[in-house]
Amino acid sequence: MADTPARTRPRSPHIGIYRPMLTMIMSIVHRITGGALYFGTLLLVWWLVAAATGPEAYATFLDVATSWIGRLVLLGYTWALIHHLLGGLKHFVWDMGKGFDLTTIEWLARLSVVGSVLLTGVVWILAYAMAGAL
Amino acid sequence: MSDMRTPLSRVRGHGSAKSGTEHFWLQRLTALANVPLVIFLMASVVALVGADYETVKAYLSMPIVSILFLLLIGSGIYHMRLGMQVIIEDYVHGDGKKLLAVIGNNFFSVLVGLACVYAVLKLGLGG
Repeated sequence: MADTPARTRPRSPHIGIYRPMLTMIMSIVHRITGGALYFGTLLLVWWLVAAATGPEAYATFLDVATSWIGRLVLLGYTWALIHHLLGGLKHFVWDMGKGFDLTTIEWLARLSVVGSVLLTGVVWILAYAMAGAL
Repeated sequence: MSDMRTPLSRVRGHGSAKSGTEHFWLQRLTALANVPLVIFLMASVVALVGADYETVKAYLSMPIVSILFLLLIGSGIYHMRLGMQVIIEDYVHGDGKKLLAVIGNNFFSVLVGLACVYAVLKLGLGG
């Protein structure tokens, strides 16, 4: 390739030039939640390893998990998990070749916002009810 | 001239790794498996909120719970490894950096997966 000089190739327009739309934001959020859940698995490791280690290790885990910052992280984790799950279900609909018209796409996007927030609320209300805090 | 091949032949030689379909299929397969398994995880965690250590330990040592957790870990970790691979391929440029990121992704996934499996087995087998 030494005899051919490198050419500056035309670039495809990137997200910066588009007007933000809900469907586009949902697509980006799907990837962000995926990335967050990736590192969030460390919480699952900590929980399981602490439970397997013994009462002291588990107490340390609970102290951190039930602190306000721990709860905030777990709330975010719950929402990310549910949002990513709903986004995945949306992809299954598209995999079937259905739901590609603009109205449906828009409604699916709205549904994943409202649905993820509502379901996160349900999970947390149940969790607090289990703790006897309600 | 060091290379007698045409540009087309070079592209053919270094083109697709021919594993894209498998990546897509396993991504969707694990996604499908993750749906009930993640619901099971959330239900488990909610059920264990406020429980003492002995209760948590007793729950996590039930065979059905161990099996479901092992399935979740297997499917979930594989799914996230595939997903992170795509993110790396999209955003990390330069062969060296990309290679390091892909290696890191594999190491992280195996580490997390193995740690979870070990803990679940230890609890399940009454260690």
